[in-house]
Amino acid sequence: MGNTINNNNIALHIEDLSIAYTKDKYAVKGINADIYKNTITAIMGPSGCGKSTLLRAINRMHELYPEIKVTGNILMKDQNIFKINAMEVRQKIGMVFQRPNPFPSMSIYENVLAGYSLNGIKLKKEEKDRIVQEVLEDVGLWEEVKDTLHKKRTALSGGQQQRLCIARSIAMKPDILLLDEPTSALDPISTSKIEELLMKLKDKFTIVIVTHNMSQAARISEYSMFMYLGDLIEYDLTKKMFTNPNDKRTEQYLTGKFG
Amino acid sequence: MNKMKYRRYKDKAFLYLMFLITIIAITPLASIIFELVAKGFNQLNISFFTEVAPTTLDSMLAKSTGNPVKGGIANGIVGTLQIVGIASLMAIPLGVFVGIYLAENSNKKFSTLVSFSTDLLAGIPSIVYGIIAYAWIVIKITDGYSGFAGSVALSIMMLPLVIRSTEESIKMIPASLKEASLALGTSYRKTILRVILPSAMSGLFTGILLSISRVIGETAPLILTALGSQVINLDITKPTSAIPLLIWEFYNDPYLINMIWSSSLFLMLLVLIFNISAKQISKRWAIQ
Amino acid sequence: MKDRLFKISLIATCALVLLIMGGIIYTLAKGALPTFEEYGLGFITSSDWNPNPNNEHYGALPFIAGTLITSTLALLLCIPLSFPIAIFTGYYFKGTKVASIISDIVDMLAGVPSIVYGLWGFYTLRPIIVDLGLSQQGFGIFTASIILTIMIIPYATSLSSEFIKMVPNDLKEAAFAMGSTKLEVIQKVIFPSASSGIIASYILAMGRALGETMAVTMLIGNVNLIPTSLFSSGNTMASVIANQFGEADGIKLSSLIAIGLLLFFITVVINTIGRLIMKKLKV
Repeated sequence: MGNTINNNNIALHIEDLSIAYTKDKYAVKGINADIYKNTITAIMGPSGCGKSTLLRAINRMHELYPEIKVTGNILMKDQNIFKINAMEVRQKIGMVFQRPNPFPSMSIYENVLAGYSLNGIKLKKEEKDRIVQEVLEDVGLWEEVKDTLHKKRTALSGGQQQRLCIARSIAMKPDILLLDEPTSALDPISTSKIEELLMKLKDKFTIVIVTHNMSQAARISEYSMFMYLGDLIEYDLTKKMFTNPNDKRTEQYLTGKFG
Repeated sequence: MNKMKYRRYKDKAFLYLMFLITIIAITPLASIIFELVAKGFNQLNISFFTEVAPTTLDSMLAKSTGNPVKGGIANGIVGTLQIVGIASLMAIPLGVFVGIYLAENSNKKFSTLVSFSTDLLAGIPSIVYGIIAYAWIVIKITDGYSGFAGSVALSIMMLPLVIRSTEESIKMIPASLKEASLALGTSYRKTILRVILPSAMSGLFTGILLSISRVIGETAPLILTALGSQVINLDITKPTSAIPLLIWEFYNDPYLINMIWSSSLFLMLLVLIFNISAKQISKRWAIQ
Repeated sequence: MKDRLFKISLIATCALVLLIMGGIIYTLAKGALPTFEEYGLGFITSSDWNPNPNNEHYGALPFIAGTLITSTLALLLCIPLSFPIAIFTGYYFKGTKVASIISDIVDMLAGVPSIVYGLWGFYTLRPIIVDLGLSQQGFGIFTASIILTIMIIPYATSLSSEFIKMVPNDLKEAAFAMGSTKLEVIQKVIFPSASSGIIASYILAMGRALGETMAVTMLIGNVNLIPTSLFSSGNTMASVIANQFGEADGIKLSSLIAIGLLLFFITVVINTIGRLIMKKLKV
């Protein structure tokens, strides 16, 4: 993993990234890592280790809190994401959150297209219909909701809502999809549906997922990061990390000694 | 054992006493409604809505010839719609924007100051707003009593209510919704205007309707500003009538006293309509 | 770019609110200045309100007295009347249909326009006062105070009910578990923990009473003298403005604005005290 990023397989190149909430209180300390295209990378670690903070910095959500300071670079296709417009970054790097958060004032149809309408991108009716159907089929929601597409305030289950949120993100055709513990608020059946969906979606997108659920990481990811107290302790193939971790702390975490 | 009984009786007696007082406290409302309906209902006819208020002269003539006094409160209805409508047009956008700012920047010093001013505005008696609109508009701008001056007085009265209800209902929206919108690459402006505000709509609407229902019956500030008019007047820079102003005129004029009950009943109905629809909206549209 | 414009306009509207607030104080102060230049603080302590051109003189004491007496009386009457409603909706029937019906009725009371209260007071309440032999005409301080009481009950009730609701359940349960009756729970648990909130509610309700205009104007008798008894006629600050503003000019107009300024200060002080108590509770 050299310093050059002409490697076509690399989606994100994270370089010496540090994130501080207050002066000298670092949540993420000097991380270097490459995220590979069309893979699922899982970020694990005990709570408070900085995994969500790292993820949120990737599409610059940390900027909602002006007191957070970020140093270092994240390169995407040779572009430093901190140097270009945040809105542009977020259109290319989608994000799904811990709790499903569809827009309550919009119908399912409008939710899927929210990225377009909110960014002022005008589409023809046929185009809209096509995107909505395609994306909802992708997330496996089409059959369940095709009759209530235009109804507002339809009662969706938590799992359906989360799949709608994934649909809303991927409708924008981002290069990268970030997920912040997307199944932690869901039941086991919904969780496994989302996991299947993610495995399918990695053909189209690069996926980075924060999870506190080790077996989830083992089930779906190719690569895993283990973070501890803001440091990136280990980053390797998931198989390798789960069977033969390099670091003592990784082993302790994976065997449930802390976390 | 006896002590136990005594305590139980005391408990019961207290409950009945409280119940009795509650009944006493809400008796006036029943009495007011009964009086308005009993005395005002049979005067609510078509001409009540289509004709302007009679003058004292009309009514003296009618009385002396034994005919019933003709007339309605059309000038008041139109005036009220006009004055309250323009007040809303000024207060709602302003109040919503201030509410957004307060909800979004709750820990800034500037917000504390604005918030404190909002509280002060909410406590100022309506008659003082009358004086203010008199000084600012009647004297300086319209050069005489005007419907617009009334609108200004009422709009400052509405402002704190609109601000608070916007602020409260935006604060109820989970932060995750704002994040979801921003994460799609949406601008801050569109996130607020197209995602957050629509989601907060029920609270906002409730607040707006309640603020209208609060000012629609206001009389005192209008006496100092809009003054009243015997004809339907659409020019907002001229004296304008309003339903409460007409009630005040009828009350002060022995020849027109008959008209007060129907006018008051109608005013009460207007207030109730806004009040009840505000409540229904907040119940129906509530977002879980 | 549009984002910046949006943020700037948000701040600008807030600045406008401050401007309105400042403008109100400035306008009142400027309008009142001639009066204070003419009479000094004597304006507040003098009870002589005489528009007669020969010996024109204006003193606000009768109206200050009228406002303070009627509001205080309304506050005192309002406490025993609103407490039961608050205790019903906040405790006995907390969260039930009965509570929501009662609070709906109370809300309706709050929605009745001041002038309608005035009419009701004139045509229904006043004859009762006359029949009881309390006063000849039925006008006066007492009648005005009663109408004010009825008008501020909704404010006192709905606010204090919120504070009663906020008393933690485990406290009440602990008392019940020791065999307390409901009344004893009110005395030993609810009163101690909700009392300052309830007091703040009453103070804010009194803030309402201070500025009420129409209903009081119609019932107080409109006599520019310091009231000598509960049943004598009087005038309040708000009602004298409503009655005399229209035909006033010169020093009289200034004096009425000065009364408005005083009324503004009194309500600000009362409301701020009430709010401060409530803020302390929220922390």
